[in-house]
Amino acid sequence: MNEISTTETKTHALGVDIQGLQKSFNGHVVLNGINLTVKPGEIFAIIGPSGSGKSVLLKHIIGLEKPDSGDILFNHRSIQSEGALEKYRLAMVFQSSALLNSLTVGENVGLFLSEHRLKPPSEIRRIVAEKLAVVGLEGLEGRAPSELSGGMKKRVAIARALVIEPQLILYDEPTSELDPLMAVTVGHEILKLRRKTNVTSILVTHDQHLAFGVSDRVAMIHEGKIIFTGEPAQMKNSENPVIQKFLNAKFNS
Amino acid sequence: MFQNIGEMLTLFWRTLKSAGITWRQRRKIADQLFDIGNASLLMACILSLFIGGVLALQTGPMLVERGLASVIGGIVGMSMCKELAPVMMAILIAGRIGSAMAAEIGSMRVYQEIDALQTMNINPIHYLVVPRVAAISIALPALVIFAILTGWLGGALVCAFNNEISLSFQGYFNNLKDVVGMGDVLNGIFKSFVFSLIIGVVSCHQGLTTIGGPRGIGRSVTKAVVNSIVLILILDYFLTRSLLYLE
Ligand SMILES: Nc1ncnc2c1ncn2[C@@H]1O[C@H](COP(=O)(O)OP(=O)(O)OP(=O)(O)O)[C@@H](O)[C@H]1O
Ligand SMILES: [Mg+2]
Repeated sequence: MNEISTTETKTHALGVDIQGLQKSFNGHVVLNGINLTVKPGEIFAIIGPSGSGKSVLLKHIIGLEKPDSGDILFNHRSIQSEGALEKYRLAMVFQSSALLNSLTVGENVGLFLSEHRLKPPSEIRRIVAEKLAVVGLEGLEGRAPSELSGGMKKRVAIARALVIEPQLILYDEPTSELDPLMAVTVGHEILKLRRKTNVTSILVTHDQHLAFGVSDRVAMIHEGKIIFTGEPAQMKNSENPVIQKFLNAKFNS
Repeated sequence: MFQNIGEMLTLFWRTLKSAGITWRQRRKIADQLFDIGNASLLMACILSLFIGGVLALQTGPMLVERGLASVIGGIVGMSMCKELAPVMMAILIAGRIGSAMAAEIGSMRVYQEIDALQTMNINPIHYLVVPRVAAISIALPALVIFAILTGWLGGALVCAFNNEISLSFQGYFNNLKDVVGMGDVLNGIFKSFVFSLIIGVVSCHQGLTTIGGPRGIGRSVTKAVVNSIVLILILDYFLTRSLLYLE
């Protein structure tokens, strides 16, 4: 198992550079030259239509997919190079939560610490309880993931990512199944985590409140390309018709 | 199937290289062992009781007719421990345990649980493959010991109670003891150990390479079982051949 650095992460903020990223699945182009720079410690939101490749982009950043061409750099070093990904503490909240169904909620949340033997079991139990409380699920350690609602699973997945104390955290639709109050709580947690550890956060979401409420900058992905990057206010005022249409979608009754 | 053999060998090699962590995974191995024992021990014993019985039934009357009743014990004993127990138990375990392994790992692949492990820097080979291969390589040889013993017993029962044979327990086992040595039993156990590695690696490999949804999982399960059995039967021939050279 790879050595995980346990040093104070605050000083090791991680910058992400995405350069000309291209990816097709069976001839169907999904990412068509993505260029993005996320600064260390930044909260960066990505919005865009369903099926535009946001999840695929996140999977590339965390090394689950290999690009057809282009590259991703962590602190100016390609993640394709040997050991580059293992050097950093990374976490991802999957769109589908991706909890391990054979483990309990508590074991899921503590998995990173127990598998890498970073803490003694009693300490792990304490941390798990604490993180579950953060997402409003105190006392559910013993439940099986199959006994949870979609939104509860998502919150367990967030707790599992928080336990890692990552330098880079990727959220794929963290609030898509949550009620508005819980979504606000999650937004606060995203901000709090950054304050505490200066983590770099990349956030994919359809939730405009969340994107504009917590992020420093927002990008819009459309047909495999980034068509806009800027601060939330700049995006809202953008004249680009695609963006305006996307942000102002309403029922016309 | 054969184009995957390279991949399977790679997986086998990587599993071997990670074997050092086996002790750390002992709790998971114990859980797996419990599952395997629970699912298969009774079945293995019943199956081999009948296999031993049918062997005696097929050979017994013919040998008695020719005045060779005294060699039945040796024939049943030898075929049971060198061939039938290892192969039949391997097939049973491929069907019961290999299929379950492929299904479990396959659904973890499809539902992104393995991706989640990877993002946490947890090696799926350490976490999923090593404990399963270790458990099956302990469980199958152990089951084979039970199978050999119950198979012998099955043969003895048929010899004693079948009117056309009517060979006493004592006559049966005396001959068995004369013919079958410890080496022959070890020979069968060794074979089953090799078979267990085939089942473990083939099933885990199928699970890990599952694509698609529930249908993909179904496909993986079928392939895991069929490929394991085919490989076991082919390898059995060559293994027997080489073990014969050693004798
Ligand atoms: N493993 C894969 N094999 C084939 N095609 C894929 C694969 N993964 C994603 N795709 C395709 O890539 C495209 C983008 O998928 P992705 O999941 O990134 O969309 P998304 O932007 O996250 O959408 P949503 O907002 O609905 O989550 C889709 O057309 C999808 O069919
Ligand atoms: Mg998505």
